[in-house]
Amino acid sequence: MNIHLHEPFRDAAATQITPSTCCYCGVGCGVLIEHDGVRILDVKGDPDHPANYGKLCSKGSTLHLTGDLDARALYPELRLGKGLARSRTDWDSALDHAAHVFAETLREHGPDSVAFYISGQLLTEDYYAFNKLARALVGTNNLDSNSRLCMSSAVVGYKRSLGADAPPCSYEDIEQAETLLIAGSNMAYAHPVLFRRLEEAKAQRPDMKIIVVDPRRTDTTALADLHLAIHPGTDVALFHGVLHILLREGWINHSYINTHTEGFTALKALARTYTPAMVAELCGITVDALNTCARWIGMSPAFLSLWCMGLNQSSAGTAKNTALINLHLATGQIGKVGAGPFSLTGQPNAMGGRETGSLSNLLPGHREVANPAHRSEVAAYWGVDALPEAPGLSAIDLFDAVHRGKIKALWIACTNPAQSLPDQTKVHEALAKCPFVVVQEAFFTTETCRYADLLLPAASWGEKEGTVTNSERRISHVRPAIPAPGEARPDWAITTDFARRLEALLHPEVSNRFRFETPQALFEEYKHLTAGRDLDLSGISYNLIDTQGPQQWPFPIGATQGTPRLYTHGRFPTESGRARFIAEEYAAAKEQQEAHYPLTLNTGRLRDHWHGMSRTGTAARLFSHVEEPLLSVHPDDLQDRRLLNGQLVKVKSRRGSLIVRVEADENVRPGQAFLPMHWGNRFLKGLGVNVLTLPTYDPLSKQPELKHAGIDIEHAELPWELYALVEGDVQKRFEALRPFFEPFSHASFMLTGRERPALVIRAAHAEAPDRALLDQIMTALNLTEGPVMAYDDAHRQIGKRVRLENGRITALCLTGETIARRWLKELWEEGRADQPLRRWLLAPLSTPPGRNMAASGKTLCNCMNVSEDAIRGGIAEGLDLNGLKQSLGCGTQCGSCVPEIKRMLQSAALSQSA
Amino acid sequence: MKKLKLVLIGNGMAGVRTLEELFKLAPDLYDVTVFGAEPHPNYNRILLSPVLAGEQTFEEIVLNDLAWYAKHNIELHLNRKVIQIDREHRRVIAEDGTVATYDRLIIATGSTPFVLPVPGKDLQGVIGYRDIADTQSMIDTAETHRHAVVIGGGLLGLEAANGLKLRGMHVTVVHIGNWLMERQLDKTAATLLQTALESRGLNFLLPKQTAELLDDGNGRVCAVRFADGDEVPADLVVMAAGIRPNYALAEAAGLECNRGLIVDDALRTSDPNIYSVGECAAHRGIAYGLVAPLFEQAKVCANHLALQGTAHYQGSVTSTKLKVTGIDLFSAGDFMGGEGCEEITLSDPIDGVYKKLVIKDDILVGACLYGDTADGNWYFRQIRERRNVSTIRDLLMFGEHALGNAAHQSQDKTTPISDEIGICGSNSVCKGAIVKAIAEHSLHLPSSAIP
Repeated sequence: MNIHLHEPFRDAAATQITPSTCCYCGVGCGVLIEHDGVRILDVKGDPDHPANYGKLCSKGSTLHLTGDLDARALYPELRLGKGLARSRTDWDSALDHAAHVFAETLREHGPDSVAFYISGQLLTEDYYAFNKLARALVGTNNLDSNSRLCMSSAVVGYKRSLGADAPPCSYEDIEQAETLLIAGSNMAYAHPVLFRRLEEAKAQRPDMKIIVVDPRRTDTTALADLHLAIHPGTDVALFHGVLHILLREGWINHSYINTHTEGFTALKALARTYTPAMVAELCGITVDALNTCARWIGMSPAFLSLWCMGLNQSSAGTAKNTALINLHLATGQIGKVGAGPFSLTGQPNAMGGRETGSLSNLLPGHREVANPAHRSEVAAYWGVDALPEAPGLSAIDLFDAVHRGKIKALWIACTNPAQSLPDQTKVHEALAKCPFVVVQEAFFTTETCRYADLLLPAASWGEKEGTVTNSERRISHVRPAIPAPGEARPDWAITTDFARRLEALLHPEVSNRFRFETPQALFEEYKHLTAGRDLDLSGISYNLIDTQGPQQWPFPIGATQGTPRLYTHGRFPTESGRARFIAEEYAAAKEQQEAHYPLTLNTGRLRDHWHGMSRTGTAARLFSHVEEPLLSVHPDDLQDRRLLNGQLVKVKSRRGSLIVRVEADENVRPGQAFLPMHWGNRFLKGLGVNVLTLPTYDPLSKQPELKHAGIDIEHAELPWELYALVEGDVQKRFEALRPFFEPFSHASFMLTGRERPALVIRAAHAEAPDRALLDQIMTALNLTEGPVMAYDDAHRQIGKRVRLENGRITALCLTGETIARRWLKELWEEGRADQPLRRWLLAPLSTPPGRNMAASGKTLCNCMNVSEDAIRGGIAEGLDLNGLKQSLGCGTQCGSCVPEIKRMLQSAALSQSA
Repeated sequence: MKKLKLVLIGNGMAGVRTLEELFKLAPDLYDVTVFGAEPHPNYNRILLSPVLAGEQTFEEIVLNDLAWYAKHNIELHLNRKVIQIDREHRRVIAEDGTVATYDRLIIATGSTPFVLPVPGKDLQGVIGYRDIADTQSMIDTAETHRHAVVIGGGLLGLEAANGLKLRGMHVTVVHIGNWLMERQLDKTAATLLQTALESRGLNFLLPKQTAELLDDGNGRVCAVRFADGDEVPADLVVMAAGIRPNYALAEAAGLECNRGLIVDDALRTSDPNIYSVGECAAHRGIAYGLVAPLFEQAKVCANHLALQGTAHYQGSVTSTKLKVTGIDLFSAGDFMGGEGCEEITLSDPIDGVYKKLVIKDDILVGACLYGDTADGNWYFRQIRERRNVSTIRDLLMFGEHALGNAAHQSQDKTTPISDEIGICGSNSVCKGAIVKAIAEHSLHLPSSAIP
């Protein structure tokens, strides 16, 4: 099949369309990449892809706007000492050096002195190459993936309850469910295209019951018929409490339990102790709500549950998973249409990682390191005597070991642990002192790259080939549209090239195990390792996907189609063939509220950003929905502390502190706080949100409790403020300016704008910084020469600059006081600075004379660039959702903003009736 | 009752203004006699530059026409220079022998341009810039000659240069200082000014010291030679390098003088029957060369002449405006700052605006404005009234209207982030302070423009 289809209505000579997949979440949407062979010009949803049928969310639909080359790693860079700067080198020198250091380290300290920390964003072929490298060549199980932070509790949950790490459902089950329980997931933000499908299903079948379990009110809870805002971490008690009522009311499926499960007796005894009154009290909900939840589940002909990090990122993550799966087994709601426990995957190919064995305890083909038979099967396939037996280090323990000096050489690929791991202070210390750190990465801007002794430029989305598996077990063919920039190479190619060089040093006698010329060759070798296993995908090939479309495993040799639903016959891949009820007591999260840390910090996603923002942080448009880092706290908690909306606060946990602006948010319950997971040290000075979070992990899954940390907040007295905006070359300026802000107590770096991207810096400090430093900043902002308006009051530590070119603002910096920043930014956006306004540009006025300012700068609909204020205005004029869509265009494209618009409509209706 | 006799020597702005003030207070107290060396009734000397520039006529700048003198029964002696004051007999004697006796005498003899003591200073075509005659001379020369050199880059020199340029001459301004108008502008503002004037076709040589004026062989100047040997052609040389108070007459009469006729806070000289106002008077060591102080002096002097004796002149804070159309420039007070002073500056190279405010001990003590002088008078008020500006400091640069804008904003409840409800952030201005400031500062605008 010719995958480079010509699109007739564009410049046919130059423009091509390449179907591929989106590189963000685990929904795994198909995309059509429009490009000219050099640059990617546009992205559209692939109408033929069964994950999304043409839909894309606000992130996927802006992929072509991301990946600023100024942020890309383009050449290998090496430094020979920690105190030195890296300098450019060539691939041969880079990989030879790495191979020698690894070989030397292995000789001196043994195989477990090195480690590989990889990513749920790698393609299956990349994973497989790393697995073979670590286990067959290096001889270590020290290979773990950032999926440890993401899906490992679901992995263990599925395996414990059902016998294999296999989500049994398909996306179409979401549309066919009668009762749908969404737990610990803001899927409106995290899996928007699935949420669109759910919205449509709900619109068509309003009787469908949607229950959302989330301590916060979110865009997802807006769709719920029942929102259970439980106290954080009490999910297990909730699920046991539901089971208690199911038992009491006889809403369980005895025949299913008897025929297809085991262990119910113990669970029943446990559930009896979770009385509705006790559970309601513990969870902070009403008994009525609990009863409703149980009734909708128990009476439903088709009960589906969806969950994500709210369950997984927990010290009881496994217990939460199994407690929820218990409900499905007890009601027989699994293995049939519209039913089942369906874990949503955070990353695009976390599933592929699990399949290829890319967690320290796994081996390819859903095998276990701890299982001698599994080890010898894989060893035989790879042609090595044995695979290492010693358990490998999982992410938290791995970086602990790095910190303790046990790991002498660390290879990090496609992930950003210096932003994403909990307890960042320790992670940064560990990376700083690790003797040899290799970072294989597409974006040199990540926090982790700063610690790289060797930086290897990787190809990224649109530039590399391979396969990914999405949340519904569907394997798609990822296709390259354009060549990688500079000297960047695909991850599999880097890994196998390195492996060949290391092999030549360690085992010069064999030199054939890493001779892969294409990713396809890797896939073909790998897939046979799945034969006969639960995930058997040995019948799939690139060609098959290209001709028959993306397929769901199992897909063994000889199969003609994939498998949309597992366990339809009630047989499970356990020793007994029965699913297992797991009876585990509710255990509270590690950090409970107490006097010194009275607030519970929850973390999660923003609508328009993804992970550590190495990619989304290059598209200015994606900053328009949320313009800066904000800690959301209930207004009562602010009032108790005499804090004002918008003030800077110091957030303290037992591990560290962070200075961030606070936002009064009634969507957060009193006693709780919310901070987006995305902000790392690059965007928000202070090691990012994870300087606060704790490394405590679930004992089985070893997934850390990223969503539940004890904190307190206090006013940060930083009266001297800085606000700067400079358009053009945003990544270059970002890199140039970021180091100047190290001495400041608070600094944030955001992008803004659409056609003319700009960098926005906000900073604060107890007093004005050094004059020389400010001069450097002004120079980097292009505000020292030319058409620059300037105001200075040195005694007051106030200095302001506005650059005007062709009648519009192109850069500005307010220091000392930043009162005018909003309307100046608005003027910049509008691209004008009328003469009458000019004399006021440097004045300390919060609005321009004679103009009423918009109440917020927030852009709700990113596709059509419609502001929250415009929508509010439309609602005030009496428009409903359809009217708003028609008159403003909002919500007509990706639809990600529709839940928020609906909420605005609802609250407007409420305030009218009140 | 017989009226007292009041004689005024000097029919200029300061003296006649004193009479006007006096007539307001005591219209019938004196019989008044006025001697004027010029053949004109009192005219507005400040507006000679617009006349030179062709923007106004001589007729338009007359302040008090002959009817005014008649109306007040003033005995007016035009074109009659007083040559002696006979204090013993309380009389003055003019060139032509005219004698007037007085009970009170006002000496308002003004000043004369300082003529550089260089060779050639007496050549034909070398003039000062002081009165209608000088102005007429320049206008006439411009019709017949090409090259003008103005010595002195101060207020008067630049106005003369601008006028001569507009009259079609090729004009070079020679200045000894490092920048133009150094007594009224800081270097930044002066550079902006020079650039603006250069773009109008004026040439500048600075710093440059004039060494000699060269003779064309017929007794007329033909060039200026400088200390460094350079020369520029000159058919007309205007000396605008400063003024000298005219106090020789008073000194000859035995009145105490020191770089001016010394007056006390009542504008009285060492002879209690003799007063002095204007550029010839030295008050607390200062002889003012600007019009505003003269008017203030006139008011105090009239108060004493009216036998009220309640007013005190305590010196003036001066301000400057350049009367070159299209160039807005204003300075007042101690605009150079220095020890113990804090500066606030604003510059806008796009619109050619530069402003500097100087604050000392929370009081505005100086202002230098270039390009936008709309708030000059308001600043001048702040300076003179010595009000504490700490509560409006951050808004001060943006003028009187900014106070109104900020106060208006403070009532705007839509401001989204509450840290901005305080208008100027946590550490500066609150609404109450601004409202108070408005009440204190904007009762009325200053009435007259200050040249």
